[in-house]
Amino acid sequence: MNALVAVARRDLLVAVRRAGEAVTPLLFFVVVTTLVPLGLEPRPELLAEVAPGMLWVGALLAALLGLERLFAADHEDGTLEQLLLVPTPLALAVLGKVATHWLVTGLPLVLVAPLCAELLALPHAALPALVVGLLLGTPTLALLGALGAALTVSARRSALLLPLLVLPLAVPLLIFGARAVALAASGADPLGPLLLVASLGLFTLSLAPLAIAAALRIALE
Amino acid sequence: MSDGWSFTRWSAGILPAWAHRLASPPHFYALAGRLTPWFAWPAAVLMAVGLFAGLFVAPTDHQQGDAFRIIYVHVPSAWLSMSSYAIVAGAAAVGLIWRIKLAHWVAHAAAPVGASFTFLALATGSIWGKPMWGTWWVWDARLTAELVLLFLFLGYLALADAFDDPRKGDRASGVLALVGVVNLPIIKYSVDWWSTLHQPATITALGKRAITIEMLWPLLLMWLGATLFLVAVTLTRARAITLERERAQAWVGEAL
Repeated sequence: MNALVAVARRDLLVAVRRAGEAVTPLLFFVVVTTLVPLGLEPRPELLAEVAPGMLWVGALLAALLGLERLFAADHEDGTLEQLLLVPTPLALAVLGKVATHWLVTGLPLVLVAPLCAELLALPHAALPALVVGLLLGTPTLALLGALGAALTVSARRSALLLPLLVLPLAVPLLIFGARAVALAASGADPLGPLLLVASLGLFTLSLAPLAIAAALRIALE
Repeated sequence: MSDGWSFTRWSAGILPAWAHRLASPPHFYALAGRLTPWFAWPAAVLMAVGLFAGLFVAPTDHQQGDAFRIIYVHVPSAWLSMSSYAIVAGAAAVGLIWRIKLAHWVAHAAAPVGASFTFLALATGSIWGKPMWGTWWVWDARLTAELVLLFLFLGYLALADAFDDPRKGDRASGVLALVGVVNLPIIKYSVDWWSTLHQPATITALGKRAITIEMLWPLLLMWLGATLFLVAVTLTRARAITLERERAQAWVGEAL
């Protein structure tokens, strides 16, 4: 547990010192949202209809940004090898890294999402479903992204490879997350899909750290 | 996995002696070379008979006419796309657990074949969809799941090829194959759920109907033939990969 906290604290400190990096995905998310009305027509009823899917697709894409650097710096300067030597299981230390990554990139995305929803004329009744869904879903995205980052940490062209590896795995999350928002927007109860998003999160949380640790071990061999 | 009780040491005892012998590249190379014709020829015969029977012998469907005959390529491809992924994941699991490099090579050998079957299932489904549904592409649950499967195959292949040290590519892509196998049922379920919400009843013409025995047997021949084809091509490709990876070894010079 100590290693988890230590890793998280160190990564947070690094993130604070380089605040610019954390802002980039946010900016990307807002810009993508802006492109939607420009690519379609700015009719509110049309925008409201595509908003649930667009917001979730935007979140998925934003979560990919900068992923290739998640383990790369630690791999280059030998920190990962040190983590391997710590008595704490590598999966726990990895969890610390992913938690920080989510805190720095995922949580701000959740906070900005209502603003983007407003730009896309999403009915206000759907805002809770959007925020809760993203709150439950972005940690899953961070874990899946970290898995992709760990698999490609010593690969060539990892930034190009990552989306191909991560996005197919995120299909269920997109389906249930966007569905919850769409249901809430039409006045229905979004609880079912939200529970499915939550269960996807728990499932990923239980298995992904092990897979990430295994992938990092391969990279370090 | 490194301290005290070793999973690798424990699991090594599970594998029978012949499996360890098979894992030796020269032994595998020779054995696979002898076995391949026993799969390739029956595959050719079965597929030729199955295709002929499917195109000319099986009765015409009373609703779809002759258009249904694409089923004899479409359905075996779709079935084998899943079997291929099972082979890739199974071989990758063996390679990761028992640290058998040859198993990874078998996984690499099967993956492009599986990707081709997946593509074939999508293409024939699309061609079939044009006369039946009136469009080239319908976001039908099975087509969509098949498309995601194609992405998983392509991701696996891209990752396996992305390392300067091919052994790292073996093991990293193996982990991805296992992650994919865990996720496939979830993806399938979510796509089914999504499709029932979005999809109006356009596909009733292709809904569950009992298939007559005259239509069924060519399909089973095609499926059996395609399975043997998959094995034969996988063995041949695995031999080629074995040669490539072992090119520095003395036995390669003797074998060629």
